[in-house]
Amino acid sequence: AAMELPPSHYPASRAAALAAAYVCYRRGSAGRGLALRALGRAGRQDIDGVGHKYHLELVLEDVLNEDSTVNCTAEVLYHLGNKNIAPDVQFTLEGELKNTDEADQIFYNRIKSLEKELVAENIPDSHGNVPPEMEPVRLLAWAASGYVIWQNSTENTKFQLAQIKQVKQVKRSDKYLEFDYMILLHEMVSQEIIPWQMRVLWHPQHGVQVTQESRQPKHPWE
Amino acid sequence: LPQIYAYMDLLVAENPNLVSKLEIGQSTENRPIYVLKFSKGGMNRPAVWIDTGIHSREWVTQASGIWFAKKIVMDHENDEGLASILDKMDIFLEIVTNPDGFVFAQTQNCMWRKTRSRHLGSICAGVDPNRNWDAGFGGSGASGNPCSEMYHGPYANSEPEVKAIVDFVKNHGNIKAFISIHSYTQLLLYPYGYTTTPVPDQKELHEISEKAVKALSSLYGTNYKYGSIITTIYKASGGTIDWTYIKYSFTFELRDMGCYGFLLPATQIVPTAQETWLARKVIMEHARDHLY
Repeated sequence: AAMELPPSHYPASRAAALAAAYVCYRRGSAGRGLALRALGRAGRQDIDGVGHKYHLELVLEDVLNEDSTVNCTAEVLYHLGNKNIAPDVQFTLEGELKNTDEADQIFYNRIKSLEKELVAENIPDSHGNVPPEMEPVRLLAWAASGYVIWQNSTENTKFQLAQIKQVKQVKRSDKYLEFDYMILLHEMVSQEIIPWQMRVLWHPQHGVQVTQESRQPKHPWE
Repeated sequence: LPQIYAYMDLLVAENPNLVSKLEIGQSTENRPIYVLKFSKGGMNRPAVWIDTGIHSREWVTQASGIWFAKKIVMDHENDEGLASILDKMDIFLEIVTNPDGFVFAQTQNCMWRKTRSRHLGSICAGVDPNRNWDAGFGGSGASGNPCSEMYHGPYANSEPEVKAIVDFVKNHGNIKAFISIHSYTQLLLYPYGYTTTPVPDQKELHEISEKAVKALSSLYGTNYKYGSIITTIYKASGGTIDWTYIKYSFTFELRDMGCYGFLLPATQIVPTAQETWLARKVIMEHARDHLY
């Protein structure tokens, strides 16, 4: 059974947030972050014995340049029953994304030539500021958190990256850059702020890979 | 916090014929809870209530509250719409609705949402002040676990921050519009949160919301969605505007859509406040024209 969903209602907006996170993971880099700007039409199909499939028309914006937007159609399938399977997401982008090869390469070269491994905290800071040299570090986390969000989402969750608490570069002898991130994810349905650790591999030609991720315990005294 | 309270005093001192400051109670940690009253006179006129900062981590809201206070002072004579609202109604503005949470968020944990009370001998502090109201209190859509961000508290109005507003509204008896400001996700919401039963005035509230959101978007093109709480975000029991539902009750969720979330950069404060002001005016003007 298929039905149209009001885009202002939360089932559609949760699926849209998940789809946007997935697109960000697949298309994100040190030079590119994508965020959900708007949700147009939405529909849902309940497939017996399989799960709920959402059809979405999204508008995504470039995090670095809000005027740059791209239309996206996506399908999200939440599997019935077993909560350990990540939802299936497929998407198509209309048109081309801005080429970020140069920005990616500049960041890559900069990090490769550092004498000491990069370490940073609190991005953005508590006033929402991101120093310009940390923007690529933030965009990589943005893309990698898209993976974590995708892997851990259900119809009853809506995750958003809230902050990078800490990032440490991991020394590597091969061509990849590796970062160990401790991030805070805001889960909007429970309103919880969840610390999450993730290991991220990146190279300009190879996209973002999350090799390891784990939810961390919250400190009750905070 | 001291700076905000000092600014409030400044507004009162410079505009004694328009602005006064009321202490409506004290927080758990004994901080005074202040409300600014904007009035051109009269006795117990019908009024609009606006609160910001009930959830302390929603920074852009307290900042917007300060901007609104200044806006009302600056424009109360030359802005026709605002002047005519103040001719008939008073405006009450509570900028730091959760002062303990505000201080804790500033000094210890910028993601702090709740109050700072301790109940049930728990190691976890704080009650969600937006689940502590006497409307569907304790139902699903809130948590009985003191460590949860949505802990509703041991009983309705257990939080002095909430009780202060409840007592004020009941004693005043003539509040006609109630607007509670939150962030983020860019939404304009009306009751109910605790039940799917639509409010009797659903159609009217929906139409006002549509007009308000249109006014908001007209300034910077910011995209807002609107609807009842339970259909638009989630089921929430014991929420502010469910209790205050006296027809014109609204909640705003301000910028942004998640890019910065709670940690919205300061450069966005003024545009956020400006566009939200236009939406708020629509609601207040409607209340003014439909006094009941």
